[in-house]
Order: sequence, then C-alpha cells, then structure tokens
Amino acid sequence: MEQLDQTLAAIAAATTPDAIESLRVAALGKQGWVSALLKTLGAMSADERLVAGPRIHAAREAVSAALAARKASLEAAALDARLAAERVDLTLPAAPPLRGSIHPVSQVQDELVEIFADLGFAVATGPEIEDDWHNFTALNMPETHPARAMHDTFYFPDRDKAGRSMLLRTHTSPVQIRTMLAQGAPLRIIAPGRVYRSDSDATHTPMFHQIEGLVIDRAIHLGHLKWTLETFLKAFFERDDVVLRLRPSYFPFTEPSVEVDVGYSLIAGKRVVGGDGDAPGGGWMEVLGAGIINRAVIAAGGLDPDEWQGFAFGTGVDRLAMLKYAMDDLRAFFDGDVRWLDHYGFAALDVPTLSGGVGVRA
Amino acid sequence: MKFAGKWLRQYLDTDADTATLARALTALGLEIEGVHDSAAALGAFRVARVLSAARHPQADKLQVLSVDAGGDAPLQVVCGAPNAREGLIGVLGLPGAVVPANGMTLGKSAIRGVESHGMLCSARELGLGEAHDGIIELPADAPVGTSYADYLGADPVFDVAITPNRADCMGVYGIARDLAAAGLGTLRPLKAAPVAGTFACPVEIRTDDPAGCPAFYGRVIRGVRNGPSPAWLADALISAGQRPISALVDATNYVMLGYGRPAHAYDLARLTGAVVARKARAGECVRALNGRDYTLDPTMTVIADDAGVHDIAGIMGGDHSGCSDATTDVLLEVAYFDPDTIARTGTALGLTSDARARFERGVDPGFLGSGLDILTALILALCGGEASEVVRAGTPPLAQRLVAYDPALAARLGGIAVPQDEQRRILTALGFGVSGEGLWRVAVPGWRPDIAGPPDLVEEVIRVHGLDRVPSTPLPRAAGVARPTATAAQVLERRLRRAAAARGHHEAVTWSFLPQAAADHFADPDHAPWALANPISEDLKVMRPSLLPGLLLAARRNRDRGAAGLRLFEIGRRYLRGENGASAEAPSLALVLAGERAARDWASGKARAFDAFDAKAEALALLGEAGAPVDSLLVMGEAGAQFHPGQSATLRLGPKTVLARFGMLHPVTLRAFDLDGPVAAVELFLDRLPVRKGSGAFARPAYAPPALQAVTRDFAFVVALDRAAGDVVRAVRGADKANIVAVRVFDDFRGAGIPAGHRSLALEVTLQPQGSSYDEAALKAIADRIIAAAAKVGASLRG
Repeated sequence: MEQLDQTLAAIAAATTPDAIESLRVAALGKQGWVSALLKTLGAMSADERLVAGPRIHAAREAVSAALAARKASLEAAALDARLAAERVDLTLPAAPPLRGSIHPVSQVQDELVEIFADLGFAVATGPEIEDDWHNFTALNMPETHPARAMHDTFYFPDRDKAGRSMLLRTHTSPVQIRTMLAQGAPLRIIAPGRVYRSDSDATHTPMFHQIEGLVIDRAIHLGHLKWTLETFLKAFFERDDVVLRLRPSYFPFTEPSVEVDVGYSLIAGKRVVGGDGDAPGGGWMEVLGAGIINRAVIAAGGLDPDEWQGFAFGTGVDRLAMLKYAMDDLRAFFDGDVRWLDHYGFAALDVPTLSGGVGVRA
Repeated sequence: MKFAGKWLRQYLDTDADTATLARALTALGLEIEGVHDSAAALGAFRVARVLSAARHPQADKLQVLSVDAGGDAPLQVVCGAPNAREGLIGVLGLPGAVVPANGMTLGKSAIRGVESHGMLCSARELGLGEAHDGIIELPADAPVGTSYADYLGADPVFDVAITPNRADCMGVYGIARDLAAAGLGTLRPLKAAPVAGTFACPVEIRTDDPAGCPAFYGRVIRGVRNGPSPAWLADALISAGQRPISALVDATNYVMLGYGRPAHAYDLARLTGAVVARKARAGECVRALNGRDYTLDPTMTVIADDAGVHDIAGIMGGDHSGCSDATTDVLLEVAYFDPDTIARTGTALGLTSDARARFERGVDPGFLGSGLDILTALILALCGGEASEVVRAGTPPLAQRLVAYDPALAARLGGIAVPQDEQRRILTALGFGVSGEGLWRVAVPGWRPDIAGPPDLVEEVIRVHGLDRVPSTPLPRAAGVARPTATAAQVLERRLRRAAAARGHHEAVTWSFLPQAAADHFADPDHAPWALANPISEDLKVMRPSLLPGLLLAARRNRDRGAAGLRLFEIGRRYLRGENGASAEAPSLALVLAGERAARDWASGKARAFDAFDAKAEALALLGEAGAPVDSLLVMGEAGAQFHPGQSATLRLGPKTVLARFGMLHPVTLRAFDLDGPVAAVELFLDRLPVRKGSGAFARPAYAPPALQAVTRDFAFVVALDRAAGDVVRAVRGADKANIVAVRVFDDFRGAGIPAGHRSLALEVTLQPQGSSYDEAALKAIADRIIAAAAKVGASLRG
C-alpha cells in the first residue's frame, strides 16, 4: 500500500481546496486508484477477498478521513485569515447614546401623584388664567381683605362676561371651588400646577408650582389632616423619622388654619429632612399651609357646610423638589439650561412606583 | 411686630424665660421670626473687681491681676489694658464665654508663661460701642459677681409675625393675653383710669361721615412741653423698630404698639375751626407725614378743618398739623374707622402704615375711651399740661356679637376631645364671655373682629390647648389595592414626556409669559394674546400662545453657553382666548432641535445639522406614542409663517384637524430670536388628538399571522417634481387594498435619463397573498392595477 502512504502525504501537504479535490479524484474518483482496487475485489476468491477486502476498505476510509480533516483545517485557516483582516479598533468611540431627561418638577409631581393615588386622591386641574371670584371671593377673600393684597397678584386688563377681573391664579386653591362645583362631595383630590405671584429673588420666582390637596366628607377633621401630611411626607422623603410641627396660622379659606413645619438637620451645610427640629443642630422649615375648609368656601363650592366638612392643604412642588434633591436655586428651574437639566433631570425610565420607591437615589 | 421682653412683662406676670416664651408664641400661632437676645450674648460675662495688679514678669505692657468675680477664690488674669489697676470694677469673660465682637471662645490660657483664667473686656469687644482704649470701668457700687447682662438689664427683643386676622395682637397687650391663656403667666389688668378734664374742649369735633368714621373721640391738652422722650420710652420704641421722634408723637406710637390702638396728636395752633371727619372732596390734596403729596377722592375719609385736610383718616397724618418741639397745645384723636374704607383708600393711594395695618384689620370699638385715657395720662406724665373734657362724636359699632357654640365641635373639627372645663377656661382667658349649658352662648370681645362662627372658636380652643396634642388619625381607606386615579389626559402627558426623554430630548419648564415681541411672533393674528397689566418686567409680560418661543429663547441662552446640539422640549399649556372672556388653555408639546444633530465623527464624517426630516420623525414618533393613527395622517402645508415655507408641513387627521406642525424655522423667525444656523421645530396640539376608541378591555385581538409569506415588488415611476411623493404612495396603496399591505419609497432620483422637471420615485410594494400563493397572472394583474392607479396621479412607469 505504498500508494496509500503517498496519497496521505500528498493530502497533508495540500494547501488549496483545488489540490485537495484533485487528490480526492485521483484516489476516490471513478478512475482513482482506490476505486480501481475496489473493482478488483469482484474477481477474487472468497478467501482472497476476506483478506484484501478489509485492507482496501480501510485504505478508502483513511483517504476519506484525511481529505475531510485537511479540508476542515484549510477552511479554519482561511477563516482565521479573514477574521484577522476584519479586525477593527474597538477603542474608537461608538455612537454616543442619546440621553434625554425629565425635569425635576415633572418628576416630583409624578412622585406626589403616585403617593396620593395610594391614599385615594385623584388629580384635578383648572385654568391658570382665572377670574377673581374663583381665585379670591369664593375662597372667602372679599375685595378689601388684607390677604388679597398679600398675594402680589398679576392682573390682566380684561374682564370676563360676568364682569370678573381676570388674573393669574395666585394659588391652586381655585381648583377646590371648581372641583366642588363640578363633582360635588365626597371628594379626595390633589391639584398640581403653575401659580403666579409678582415676586422675584433667589427663592421666589414669579411663576412656580403648587400642589393642592382637598378632602371633603362628613367627618373629616384636623387629626386626619395631620395623619395625611405625615404619611405623605414620610412616603415622599422615604424616611420614617419625619417629624412635623403644626403651628396655628391664618388663611381665609380654612378655619382652623395651620402651617406645617418639618424637622431637619444640617448635614454638610445642607438641610436634610428628618428628626425632631428641636434637637441640637436641627431646625424647622415651613413646608405646607393647611386647615379645615372654611364653611364659606364649602358653601361657595355649592355644598351644604352643615353636611360636608374637610381639609385642604397646599405646598410648593419646586420647594419639595429642591429639598429632596438638594437643589438650591429656584431660578435655574425655568432657564432651560441643558447642563442643569442633564445634572438634575431624571431618566425617562425613572418612573416613580410604590414598589420600586417613588424617589430616585443619587 | 417687635417688642422688648420688658414691655411684655409690663402686661404679663410670668416666670417663664425667653426661650419658653418664644416657643409658646409660635405654638399659639404668633410665629417667632427671631429673638434678638443681647442678654444671652453677655450672660457669661461677670461684674468683677481687680484686687491687685502686678507687673508681668516677662512683658512690660502686661499685668497679672487678681480678680474677684464672685467665686470662692480670686482668679488670676493677664491683662494688657492701660487702665487695668487695683480697685477697678470691670467686666470679666470667663472661660467658655464667646466674645460678641469676634465670636472667639475664651479659654484658660498661658500668656507669656503666666496662666490667665479669663479676659477683662472693652466695650467694643462686647459689641456695646466703639471704645477700645481700655477695659470697661463700672461704678464703685456695681455688684461684683452678678452677670453683666443682669447688671445692664439687657432685654431680649421678640420679633413676631402677626397673621392678618389677629388685629388684637398688633399690640403687646394682646400678645400678653394669649400667653396668659396658654398658662404662661397672669395678665395684669389694664391701667386706664379716666382722666377728668378741667375745661371744656375748645375745638368742635364732628363726624360727617358716619360710615367711614362712625366715632371720633377727642380732647385738647394745653400747656405741654414737647421734646425728646425719656430713655424708657425711647428704648421701648427702638425695640419695636420705631425711631423716637418727640414725646408727643412717641406717646401715640406707644399706645398703638402697646394696645393696638392708633391715635393721632395735632398741633392745635395749626388747626382752624371745627375738626371734622368727612369724605374727601375730588382732587383734594394733602402732604402726609412721610413728606409725599396725595390726591384724594370722595371714597376716602379724611380729618379736616376749615382750612383743609389734616389726616388721611386712619392711615397717615398730615405734615401741616404734625407736632413739633414748638407745640404747646395738642388735639388728640382716637377714632374708629371702617376697615373696608381704610383698606380701599390705602390700596388706592399705595400707602401703608402701622395705623392702616391696625384699622383695616379692625381695632377694638370698645377701646376708644380707655385708649384716650391711657394716651392722656401718658402725655400728662411726659409733657405736663392740662387736659380738657373729652368730646365723643358718633358711636363706635359696639353691638355685642354672640356665637352659639357646641363644645363637641372641637372634637368634630379639631379631632381632639378637649374637656368642656378646659374649653371654658381657654375662651374666658381670651376674653370671651361663656354662658349656657349644652349649646353655649359665647360673647365675642371687641378686640376679636376675626371671630365669626363656631369654627373660629374651635381654632381658639385647639391652638391654646395645643395643636401638637391633636392625634394623627388615619384617613378611611377604600378596601383593596388603590385604584388608578389618572385621567386620560394625565396618562397621555406622562407617556409623551417619558417618550420624548427616551428619544434623547431634555424637558424644559419655561415661563408662561414672554416678551411682547416673542409672543406676537407666534400669536394668531386674529386673537391678541393675554397680556398682563402689571408684569414684573417687560420680558415676562404676555402669556405664551405657543411653547416654541419660550424654547427658542432657551435655545439662544444655551447657544450663548456653547451648546453645540440642542434637543429641548416642553409639555405645557398655550394660552388662548376662550368663551365668555375666559381663557382657553390647551395642552401642547413643543420640541426644538438646534445646531448639530450629530457631531463630526471618525465613522460618519462631518457634523450633521438637524433637518426637516428629523422634525418629521419626532413628530410622527410622538404622535404615535400619543395614540394618533400615524399611518393615515395627511402631510399638508400651511405650518405657519414662523416656518420655512418649503421645509415645513402639518400633520392632519382629515383636511381640517391639524394635530402637529413641524419643519425648519423661517430665517425671519431665527433672526427675531437671535439664532443662527438652521433650527428644526415640532409642535403637537394635544388638545386636538382624537379620543381613543376601544372597549377599554385588556384583551387583545387574537394573533393570526398570515399563512403565506408576503412578497415584494419594486416599481419606478417618473413624476413631475411638483407632485408629492405621498400622493403617489397613497395612489399605489389604494390600487389593490386586498393585496397591498405596504408601500415604501426607497429612491428619489433626478438626473440622467429623467426628463427635466421630473424625478424617478422607486417604490417597494409589499403584497400579502391571502388564500393561495400568487401565480404570474395574479402578479401581473396587481401590477397593472398599480400602474393604472399611479397614472391617475401623473406617474408613469419608468421605461
């Protein structure tokens, strides 16, 4: 079987697919030497065939296997060569991701809505260009009320058909009246939105955001208000040690009225909500105004104040956002500076959920 | 409202210290805005006597003193003051004391090897003046060992915010009453003994305006000597933030600040004839005490004599008849003015004053006589003189106000069951008269004009009892998991906001108001935008008729800060005119794409600017997120004058309803907003989106993929350039609705082989076989229908 050795050697030395193919034809093709040997088997005696048959078949197997192995190895080498040629420099930059952002006011409004949804509060809205009846009179602030002057109101020269002065709402409270008139009682709503006061410095801008809360039912009292505010602030700041201090105050639309302070401590010069404000190093910071709805307001909302009572509260969304996420300049909120938005904004997928936590940790 | 502790203690007998009083005031609703306690700053300094003085062994200018500061043993103190000597009584800061002037905390120290246990201080070091050429020297009888604060009588000043309802607390006496009710001491009775007149009042006093001035009490004091007030009065006024002027003026201010009772003193020599409260005459003028001239109108009440107006009633006195050092006879005015009239007059004149603040909140109509007595006694004591009889013109509104009060209301509204005895005690201490059992009859004192009904009494009871004692009570909760609360509009807004951010855009919140020019540029010419009458500045004046101008202003600011590419969006309201003079506020989304869409890059080459198709892609993507039927929207023109006429379009649902506009902005718009380079913009009118149809159920239609694979066929049509590609696509789509499921333009070619004024549009048509696969004949039939349909819009198959 000298031929076999030669063939195997030739296969091992073959470097192209064509060479392998011609070796295959030379050995296994119709005219190939293996095929020729196979043909000789028919002429042999049974005893001779018993000896020569396995040998010839073994030669055929050996050639086939060598051909396949050599072919595979050549293909692998070719692939390696191609891949080496296709190499790219992956330290070069890829296309940058497009990273948009959600404004902190929107994010915090979503957080608040999520928390209050769990407490059964629906979201209500109303116009920002209001008439003075909804913004003042219906809220128990007649024309000469000293509190009206304190509101620093923006007025339009226009009047509506009923002769009411048109103005920019100074608070979200007119939504109370509109919702009572439209939906009756009982009610549990929050009303977030833009409000306007003629005021401008580092902590006041002529436009800002408030969120109003309103609960009207038959037996709602100050204790419920206290619980609601505690529960909401604990959920918002995601801290159990939130301590509130209620102070008697005055708003024309509530009676009794309270202002609500939250205890904080100074950490690295920043106010961090939590703990008793009277503790050493602590302080109190006003965050909410609230109270039991004045009977005159219930009546202005078309409800019977002998049957319905409830509470209302209002707080600044921007201020809550600043407090929670440690932002210190309100004016930057409305500047549209992409550097600021990129820094303080939130990712599209930072959707507040109760299960995942409403807040986004730094 | 500011006042010294000493003043408060004149009315309140209390052992409570400053901090306790401050806490109690805040808890009562009289919020402490600050306590300026100079005593606290000096509490650690002692009156001390120098027993002996010896030269410091190491330093010529220093002495080693032995000082008695009242302790068991003398202290050794090193001192460099030239006046330090044996026998001197000075002020010693002990270790731990903080030097007010520099905030340094004193400690035991060694000075040039000699231990020093304190520091003898100069006036400047204690913040008590500028003297620094030596240490303080006190008189020989100064009590050694006492706190220097006590020796000085330093007195904390309370700064209290008074809410608009508490007219009574605009006097220190009212504040003392509240504190007494809260158990912080005993209210001393008013000292208001009547002062009998010794002669008839020489001036006629009348009120001819019983509505504006129901009562005007007055009297003359003759033979007074005006001049500077004594120290106690000057100090009291200074503590209240007032500048002492003269004894007569200071006396009226003292009564106002002490009792909430404004009064006025006229120089009698400057008056002519009867002094009358009346309505002002149109155009009448007065120069007020602030030196400004005011023109009055007949809605305003004034005090006038035969010569003219001397007082804008209840707001500010006139300059002409004000008291001076030359004044010898004064006319005192204690009147009751209608709060509404005062408020309207003050607003109309733009004039605020301490008197106005009290009158417009409502002063006690029962305190005119006592107020005049107190003022008279004070002036007689300060300035001498002789008082006339009192003239009482008109009658103050003294009708007794009664509130029927069910004490159970405290629990019903306040959420805390305050025992009836405690409620009765609180109300009585505040000056209310309580009678009856079951339903109480509560008489409201004259100094509480704010009390109108039972809830007001609940507030009184709860605030004095303690708001902190109200237990938190959980709101009743509906069974089960909280229900969804958001409306469809809210869900839409949230979805769009996050979709836009996910597409790489930054959400901005910009002002609702714009400069006039910026608003006008985007306003509907038929409807003037809302413009403020009293804007805070010209830049924040006109309510935005579109969100784009605000974003363009922000784009300019960003460009000025060097931003290369900007993707800024906002979701908010645009302000339009509604029905019956009301506003119509329509939800919108606007997006501005300015500058580079992609920076220059090793792979893609040069930087690429945004173009109109970027705007179109965003418009369609966001409308898709909003649930609009994106595939059936019409792309039409008329995006508005603000846009490039050839590179902008509207997206419409039917020919009339414009859901969005998009495209490149007009160069004139860019110039108006000082922007250079092309800017693309998108505006979505969310109020015009169709209401989503559907059953509201969660179940989706069954999944039914076609059994046979779709096939595609390409067609190239030659069309005139003025024929929109969209027309050709729509025609082809409509050629065979049963089989054609999609048509896409994949080439737009102009040039060789195409006639001038024409282009070749290559379309890929996707065909979906239904029952059986297509044979050649079927495909030919469909192709024929496509070619025929295209021909109807002037498109011929490219040869």
